[in-house]
Amino acid sequence: MQWETVIGLEVHVQLATRSKIFSGASTAFGAEPNTQACAVDLGLPGVLPVLNEAAVAMAVQFGLAIHAEIPEVSVFDRKNYFYPDLPKGYQTSQMYHPIVGAGEVEITLDDGSTKRVRVHHAHLEEDAGKSLHEDFHGMTGVDLNRAGTPLLEIVSEPDLRSAKEAAAYLKAIHSIVTYLGISDGNMAEGSMRCDVNVSVRPVGQEAFGTRAEIKNVNSFRFVERAIAFEVERQIELLEDGGQVVQETRLFDPDRDETRSMRTKEEANDYRYFPCPDLLPVVLDRAYVDHLRETLPELPADKRARFEKELGLSAYDAGVLSASREMAEYFERVKDVCGDAKQAANWVQGELSGALNREGLPIQHSPVSAEALGELIARVMDDTINGKAAKQVFQALWNGEGASADEVIEAKGLKQVTDSGAIEAMIDQVIADSPAQVAQYRDAEPDKRGKMIGYFVGQVMKASRGTANPQQVNALLKEKLDALC
Amino acid sequence: MHDKTLSELAVALEAGEFSSRELTEHLLARIERLDGDLNSFITVTAEQALAAADAADAARAAGKAGPLDGLPLALKDIFCTRGVKTSAGSRMLDNFVAPYDATVVERLKAAGTVSLGKTNMDEFAMGSSNENSFHGPVKNPWDPTAVPGGSSGGSAAAVAAGLVPAAMGTDTGGSIRQPAAFCGITGLKPTYGRVSRYGIIAYASSLDQAGPMARTAEDCARLLGAIAGHDLRDSTSVARGVPDYTEELEAPLTGLKIGLPREYFGDGLDPEVEAAVREAVKVYESLGASVSEVSLPHTHYAIPAYYVIAPAEASSNLSRYDGVRFGHRCDNPQDLIDLYERSRAEGFGEEVKRRILIGTHTLSEGFFDAYYKKAQQVRRLIRQDFLDAFEEVDVLMGPASPTPAFDLGANKDPVSMYLQDIYTIAVNLAGLPGISVPAGFVGRRPVGLQILGTHFAEARLLNVAHRFQQATDWHRRRPAIAEENV
Repeated sequence: MQWETVIGLEVHVQLATRSKIFSGASTAFGAEPNTQACAVDLGLPGVLPVLNEAAVAMAVQFGLAIHAEIPEVSVFDRKNYFYPDLPKGYQTSQMYHPIVGAGEVEITLDDGSTKRVRVHHAHLEEDAGKSLHEDFHGMTGVDLNRAGTPLLEIVSEPDLRSAKEAAAYLKAIHSIVTYLGISDGNMAEGSMRCDVNVSVRPVGQEAFGTRAEIKNVNSFRFVERAIAFEVERQIELLEDGGQVVQETRLFDPDRDETRSMRTKEEANDYRYFPCPDLLPVVLDRAYVDHLRETLPELPADKRARFEKELGLSAYDAGVLSASREMAEYFERVKDVCGDAKQAANWVQGELSGALNREGLPIQHSPVSAEALGELIARVMDDTINGKAAKQVFQALWNGEGASADEVIEAKGLKQVTDSGAIEAMIDQVIADSPAQVAQYRDAEPDKRGKMIGYFVGQVMKASRGTANPQQVNALLKEKLDALC
Repeated sequence: MHDKTLSELAVALEAGEFSSRELTEHLLARIERLDGDLNSFITVTAEQALAAADAADAARAAGKAGPLDGLPLALKDIFCTRGVKTSAGSRMLDNFVAPYDATVVERLKAAGTVSLGKTNMDEFAMGSSNENSFHGPVKNPWDPTAVPGGSSGGSAAAVAAGLVPAAMGTDTGGSIRQPAAFCGITGLKPTYGRVSRYGIIAYASSLDQAGPMARTAEDCARLLGAIAGHDLRDSTSVARGVPDYTEELEAPLTGLKIGLPREYFGDGLDPEVEAAVREAVKVYESLGASVSEVSLPHTHYAIPAYYVIAPAEASSNLSRYDGVRFGHRCDNPQDLIDLYERSRAEGFGEEVKRRILIGTHTLSEGFFDAYYKKAQQVRRLIRQDFLDAFEEVDVLMGPASPTPAFDLGANKDPVSMYLQDIYTIAVNLAGLPGISVPAGFVGRRPVGLQILGTHFAEARLLNVAHRFQQATDWHRRRPAIAEENV
C-alpha cells in the first residue's frame, strides 16, 4: 500500500524581550541557577503578573509577517498542572483567544518550488523552569531562571507532507522570526523548539490517521530524523495489522528513535480557565497599523526582489535571503561594489567557503562587508587582478589590514598596466629563456598558443602577480611572433 | 487612649496629649493582657511597632508628620509583610516569612501608620466564622460564646475589643462586612480594582478586595485614602484618581434615594435584625432621604454562582502550595507524588480542601461549560441587576447578614454556613463597593446595616454612613472587654 504522511508542527519561539513576560526579571541565557527569578517567577504568595508589552508587540509583528488575522481581543488562560519546575502550579497561556489568528507561511523546497502552509494560530505563553536530574545524587534540582520567559507558540495546520517539508517550514519560521528580530533563533540554547504531530494514511484517503506527538525536538536535523523514524514505525505497525495509539513520544537523537512518554488515557486535564489576574489584551487598530508600517522586509519579499531587481538566479536569491544576517551582509557588499552578481559570487564563493571551513556564522565574519565590497570594486576597476584579489581576501581574513586598499598598498598588489614596464619584464624573460624561445620558434604555429603559457607564468612571477594578465598575453604574443 | 477613634487619636497625637510610643505601648499591653482569650492576633510585632512609633514621633517633632503618622492598626494575616510571618491562617504557610510588603502595607507604612501585628482569619480567607483558622477560632468581643464572623474575624474582634483603633481586612464574599456587622464596627469593601491586590495572598482573584475596618465611617475614609489607587504591579487595579474621601463626609442627605432590595428582606431574615435595619432606614428618612423598594431578581443565584467561581479560582491559586519552594513540606517524601499529596493533605484544613475539590471539579473537562461558564453568565446578570437598580436609586440598603453573630460551633454544615453570606456575596460578583455600619443589637449581639453603591461610589457610601453615625450612637457602644483597663 502507498502511504501519505501528514505532519503538523507546534513551534515554540522564545521571544527576545529583555525581561520576562509577566515580571521584570532578566531573560539572559546562561546565568547561575535561580539568579534570574524574582518573587513573581517564584510564584510567591500574593504576587501578580503584569504583561510585558514588548512580548505583545513581537507576537503581533509575527502575525503581520504571516498575513494573519490579528484579533482585537486576546485572553490569557491558566493551564493547570503540578510539576516542580512550574512554580505556580499553572502555566499562563492562551487557550481560547490567541493573540494571532489564522495565517500562512510560504516554504521553499529543495527543487526550488514553493508551498503555502497554513498557520492555525499563534499564542503567547510563559516558559517553565528546568528540572536538573544530574549532579543531585538521586534528587532533582530546579532552576527557575527560564520560568516566565516569553514564548510564542506557532501552531500549523496539518499541511506538511514529508520530513523535508517539515524542516523547510521550520526553517521558514526561523527565518521570519530572526528577520523580525523577535527571537535570536538559537536552537542550541532552546530559543526554538517544536512538537511534531505525525500520522500516516493510505494515499487517497480523506480522513487523517491517528497521530503521535513528538515533544521538544530542537534542531532542523532532528525534526527530519524524528519524522522519518516515526513514519516508518507507524507504517510498519499498520501494515502488520496493528493500530497507532494516540500518544506523546520523545525523540532520542542518540538512538535515532522515538519512544512513548504517555498515552491519551494518561493525559492531564489542564482545567483551562481565563486568568483572573490579567485583563484581556485589547489591540488598538492604530497600534497594529503602526507595527505593520514598521515591519522590516521579510524573507519572501527579499528573495523576490533579489531575483527581479538584482537579476540573481532563484538559487542565489534563495541562499542570500535565507537569513537576515546573510541578506544584510550581501546587500552591503553589493552597495559598496555596485554589482549584485559579483557580490553574490564572492559572498557565496570565497566568503562562504572560508566561513564554513572555520564554522563561523556570517555575522562573525572577520572580513567586513565594506572591505569585501571594496575588494570587488578594485577587481572591477582593474586595480588588482583576480589572483591578487584572492590574496587580498586572505589577508583581510587574517586581519592583516582593515581595508582592501590598505592591503593592496601594503603588499604592492596593484596591477601593473604600464606597457613599458610589462615590456621590460617580457624582454627580460625572453632573454633568460633561450631554450623555450627556440622551442616556440620551431613549433607549428597552431601549437604555439599553448606554449605561451610558460612565458606568461614567468612574467607574472616576475611581477609578483601584479601585471595585467591580458596585457601580458597580448604583448608576449607580439614579441615572440616577431622572433619567428 | 483605646476608647478613641482613629480620627480622635490623630488630633490627640497632634496636640501632644500623648506620643505614638505611649499609645503603642498601651495597646501592646492590652493585647498582651486581653487577647489570650480573644485570639484575634496570630502575630504581634511589638518591636517593629515601637520602632515605627518612634519614627512617627520623630517626624512629628520635626514638623513633618502626615495625617496618619503614628496611628496604630493591625493587618489581616493575608497581607504579605516583609520579615514577618504571613500565614493566611493556614498550617501551610505557618513557616512563611514574607520577603516583601504588599502594596497596601507599603502604602500604610509610607503614611506613617504603626502596625501592631497580624490578625487571625479563616484559612486562606475561606469561611464566615473564623472557625477555619489553623490558629484556632476568634471569640466575639460582645459575647465569647459567639463567633466574630469571617474571614476577617481577627481584625473585626481586635477593633471591637479596643486592641487597635483600626485594622485591614479583605472581602471576597463578605469577609469585611459580615465580621464588621457581627462585632459592631464599620467595615468598607471598596470597588474591585480600587485597592491593589499585590501582596495579598490570593483566594479568588476576581473577587478579592482589601478594605478598612474601624469604628467609624470617617476613620474608614481616612484609611481608604491611604491605600487606594492604581498600582502597576496589579493589572486589575484601576487607573483612576483617588479623591479625598473625607471631603464629602458631611454632605447633607436631602434628596438621597435609597432602594431596599425586596430579595434582602425575605425568608431566613431574623425578624429582630430586620427590625433594626428598618429602624435605621427611618433615621435616613428623617435626614431627608426617600425610600423605595427595588428588585435584584437574580439574588438567589448569587451563592451558587459564587461557590463555582471562587473555588475554581482558589483551586488554581492554591496550586503553588506544593511543598517544593516554600510553606509546609511533609517529612521524608518517598517521591514527587508523595511530596505533593502529603504536604497538601497536612498543610490545608478541611474547608480549604473542600473548596479546592469543588473548584477542580467545576473546571474539569466536561463540566466547565455547565459550571464555570454558566456561573460567569449568572455573574453578568447579577451585575446587571445592580446597575439597573442604580438607575433608580443612589444607594441600596439592607442587612449585612441574615442573623446576628451565631454561636461558636453552631454551623457544622458547610452549606448552611455558605448561606450566611447571602446579602454580601452578590456585591463581590458585581465588583461593587459596600459598607456595614452598626445599627442596633439583638440581645448582646450587634446588627450591621449594609449600604451598597455603584462602582467607585465609595465617597458617597462613606458620606451616607457618616451621617448615620452622626445621628445615632450604635457605633459608640463598647463591649465590656473594650472598657477594661489594663
